[in-house]
Amino acid sequence: MAMLKPYMTELLAKGKREDGRKPFDYRDIKIETGIIARANGSARVLIGKTEVLVGVKLDVGVPFPDSPESGVLMVNAELLPLASPSFEFGPPSKDSIELSRVIDRGIRECHAIDLDKLCIKPKEKVWMVFIDIYPINDDGNLLDAGALGAIAALKTTLLPKYDEDEEKVLHKELTKTKLPVQKIPVLTTFGKLSGNLFVDATMREEKEVDARLSIATIEDGTASAMQKGGSGPLTAEEVIELTEKAVELGKKLRKLIPSK
Amino acid sequence: MGSKVGAPEKLIVNGKRLDGRKANEMREMEIEVGVIPNADGSAIVTLGGTKVICSVYGPKEVLPRRNLDTEQAFLNCVYGMASFSTSERVRPGPNRRSTEISKVIADALAPAIFMERYAGMEITVIMEIINANAGTRTAAINAASVALADAGIEMRDLVCSIASGKADGTLMLDLFEPEDNFGEVDMPIAILPRTKEITLLQMDGILTKAESKKLIDMSIKACEEIYEIQKKALQKKYATETQQETE
Repeated sequence: MAMLKPYMTELLAKGKREDGRKPFDYRDIKIETGIIARANGSARVLIGKTEVLVGVKLDVGVPFPDSPESGVLMVNAELLPLASPSFEFGPPSKDSIELSRVIDRGIRECHAIDLDKLCIKPKEKVWMVFIDIYPINDDGNLLDAGALGAIAALKTTLLPKYDEDEEKVLHKELTKTKLPVQKIPVLTTFGKLSGNLFVDATMREEKEVDARLSIATIEDGTASAMQKGGSGPLTAEEVIELTEKAVELGKKLRKLIPSK
Repeated sequence: MGSKVGAPEKLIVNGKRLDGRKANEMREMEIEVGVIPNADGSAIVTLGGTKVICSVYGPKEVLPRRNLDTEQAFLNCVYGMASFSTSERVRPGPNRRSTEISKVIADALAPAIFMERYAGMEITVIMEIINANAGTRTAAINAASVALADAGIEMRDLVCSIASGKADGTLMLDLFEPEDNFGEVDMPIAILPRTKEITLLQMDGILTKAESKKLIDMSIKACEEIYEIQKKALQKKYATETQQETE
């Protein structure tokens, strides 16, 4: 594998990638929604050979003491060994926790879901939104695939019926009420390899990159979350350049999300 | 019946089941082979509303080493349910139910594999339920068996599996959710289709000897149908590959 880095560097210096893409091209992206009958909202995202399933489930629970009138958002990623020989059984790995937390922040910080509309009874009962991300095949860039799946699934999420007298959720009865989604954050993840910048790394590229930068952007061109990864550094100029790229690419990604 | 909350009044109406099936009728089954590029073998099985995805990795090094068996393969089967696969969200990760199911699935698959040919090696079979509507362990076995074949693991036979049971006093094949939840008997079975030997058998409920026989016969017949669907799914993948190679 050590031979790959000089080869990839040489290609990137010429504005090329080993799969024929230009540095700031994504692989083919396909998004389907409403694919899991039991979920309140669901999506399947393919970025090249990377495949991710995302399911949204709602339940009713107690709000956090510091936000007694707001619903609760939880994002979780399960890196099952199903999807890659490098994933292991056992408690959540650092990678799976980072993956879910970066996607969580992209959604939470821009108030993509209007959590204030999810209060049933202040201090006592609010809707809890669980987003579960399951990679099916990891060929790199699970971050962007997971984030796309999360927002696509949220957009299609319907609230289950809540029986106020019995104070319980009727999980098998969906209402026609949509989850209040008001922003569409999308995540774009860049790699830096021997000084060259590019987007949407494959698994082979991910193994060679020096640094990684994920930026979540929303419709108005602002960023709602960032995360640097990898052991190499980034310059301030690079961060600014990539923020612009993220906004530009984000517009294209947002168009791929089905309206239902 | 009747004592359980949410139970429908009847599970059989005018001689038909709530989804319109006859007693000995199976839900539609679809199998697709080779769905996970990273895996050595993989498959998706859809049985009515139940959907399971399975990947096989191996034969490979045994990790951790304490699982190493110098006489035969270490067959590591892991069954799990995606958190969004059920009506109420399930906590991700293994629990007592999934651990037991993983064990009986390994025992169901092992007789089909030439285990001694993989002495000192591991074969990992991971089955994840994407959407659950009863019969998840049997769907998982059907998926695992074709995924093992897809991985090129040497096998005596495929393994075919189906659940049958009793609801509203009627013996029936392939229970779906209301029958599974509110019926009287659930009996999942797996067989090696060529010899009709049984490799998985579980039952909960009360059955007479005659009823047991009837359910086993009904299941074996259904497994013969499943065997054909499995073979077709494998042929479909490999026929296409061979065609592409010769072109």
